[in-house]
Amino acid sequence: MGLKRAGNQTVLFDNPPVILSSYAVVGPKEGKGPLGKTFNSIWQDQLNGEKTWELAESKMLQEALQGSISQAGIGKEQIDFMLAGDLLNQIVSSNFAARLMALPFIGVYGACSTMALSLALGSMMIDGGFAEHVLVGVSSHHDTAERQFRAPTEQGTQRAMSAQWTVTGAGSVLLGKKGAGPKITSATIGRVIDYGETDASNMGSAMAPAVADTILNHFHDLQCTGQDYDHIASGDLGTVGLALASEVLKQSGVDTGTEFTDCGVRIFDSTQDVHAGGSGCACSAVVFAGDLMQKLRARALKRVLLIGSGALHSPTSALQGESIPGIGHAVAIEA
Amino acid sequence: MPNQTLRKPAISISPEEYKALAQKYTPKPTLTKNILRAFLVGGLICALGQVIINIFSGIGLTPKEASNAATAAMIFLGSLLTGLGVYDEIGKFGGAGSIIPVTGFANSIVSPAMEFKREGYVQGVGAKLFTVAGPVLVYGIAASIIIGVLAYFLH
Amino acid sequence: MFHLIFPAFIVGGLICVIGQLMMDLTKPSFTPAHVLVSFVTGGAVLGALGVYEPLVKFAGAGATIPLSGFGYSLAQGAIEGVGKRGLLGALSGGVEATAVGIAAAVFFGYLMSVTFNPKG
Repeated sequence: MGLKRAGNQTVLFDNPPVILSSYAVVGPKEGKGPLGKTFNSIWQDQLNGEKTWELAESKMLQEALQGSISQAGIGKEQIDFMLAGDLLNQIVSSNFAARLMALPFIGVYGACSTMALSLALGSMMIDGGFAEHVLVGVSSHHDTAERQFRAPTEQGTQRAMSAQWTVTGAGSVLLGKKGAGPKITSATIGRVIDYGETDASNMGSAMAPAVADTILNHFHDLQCTGQDYDHIASGDLGTVGLALASEVLKQSGVDTGTEFTDCGVRIFDSTQDVHAGGSGCACSAVVFAGDLMQKLRARALKRVLLIGSGALHSPTSALQGESIPGIGHAVAIEA
Repeated sequence: MPNQTLRKPAISISPEEYKALAQKYTPKPTLTKNILRAFLVGGLICALGQVIINIFSGIGLTPKEASNAATAAMIFLGSLLTGLGVYDEIGKFGGAGSIIPVTGFANSIVSPAMEFKREGYVQGVGAKLFTVAGPVLVYGIAASIIIGVLAYFLH
Repeated sequence: MFHLIFPAFIVGGLICVIGQLMMDLTKPSFTPAHVLVSFVTGGAVLGALGVYEPLVKFAGAGATIPLSGFGYSLAQGAIEGVGKRGLLGALSGGVEATAVGIAAAVFFGYLMSVTFNPKG
């Protein structure tokens, strides 16, 4: 059997896995945003009856996972593996959700790039012949992330203008070997790139070079250009990171085609006081599972490149003054 | 056709060039607005403190007692407004104007303690009360002791 | 009733402007906690040098409510303690002079933390 890898870091799927269903759950702020109508479920508050924000995040993930199973109309016993990840220490939200799902579970950490990374891994499992159905899900929660990475929510501090707002939400996708729906045709696994950004309130700047590197390599590996896609969406670069990534790609001679946008820029609007846009695992996950999947199903978009962006630092490394390693993982989806 | 030649596509920008680019694209704090707001909020909080001092003086406390009592009252207010979820909004508007006064000190005590209540009353509330207050007391008290010792030997 | 209110407003506001400049003109790793620590230590040093005292006389709460006033009280207390009890006073003076503030902060802080829940 020939190698399914193309170029340096891209995998091509002989039998492209099908996205059978998708499900997006979000918090109230995201629900009021410009993409509010595209989500399957909107919570009225950040706790939704749970005792802690952490439990709420986990419950949100469960809701998304169960949502995509029931939308696909298959039995839970038909699912071979579940891939999930989030931002909390030891990815507890996913572990707790997996405890209730009782499926063979692989925990994934790619920071905010986890959705794209899990889609790539799940597709490899299916095309590799190891699974028929793979359930993928990620979550993030504004208040659990603030607590872990930044300041307590009631502390009276001013956020930097470049800071992003962690999306409260969970997105899930069910991948199948066969069936009807958009297909994942290739995936480019990113390299960790670090251009020395140390400011944890400027993650767009930390991740932009990694996203640019992955896009560049994807195009190089597949000998294609931005013109081959009608929508290229980065995960959560925000306004600062998107401008930087565009500029870096331009300087590197890469044509990003007609539409290069960012899920973090699209999920909130300028009146929502989020500064540079949204972030978090759920940011790209809910925009993909909601808006982009709707458009792919309706064939309003035919070829989409989703590049999940992740900042691979920890609160400890930030306190110790280390710079923030960035990563980008790309998946190509065809309607 | 997939490309099978290996390596070398890398973005053409040096870390130095990127740093300059990142600086250009990163929005700066709105300094003038922040300064005006800090002045206004900080000034108002201190003026309120003075009103409370005047009230305590009026009921016969010595200047030092009145000042101490007013500080305690301001700490009470800062804690209460944090508990009610109002102080973070004041802080978002006023910046240092609401961080520097003792009310901000109280906010830095209550906000982590309240949030970590779910981790228990000893390792949550008890420990987190001192997230910011701890360093402030450590450096403040240490400075006062060094100053006291210097004063002892210089006189 | 209206004694010193205007000077308190002006001086308190200006002290906070210094804090705002420290936050906005330094690296983001210089957090509000760093600003508070700088103000307490700075206030103590200025208090020891006798520079802060005139400010307290002129502006009242404008100088005592900002955290630099806490530092000033600590330094004043330590120096007075030395005058009364020598070296032992150097240890006890600062905390004695600020005991009301410290106790109020711990007690009210605890009370509110237990009573309320964060809104997020």
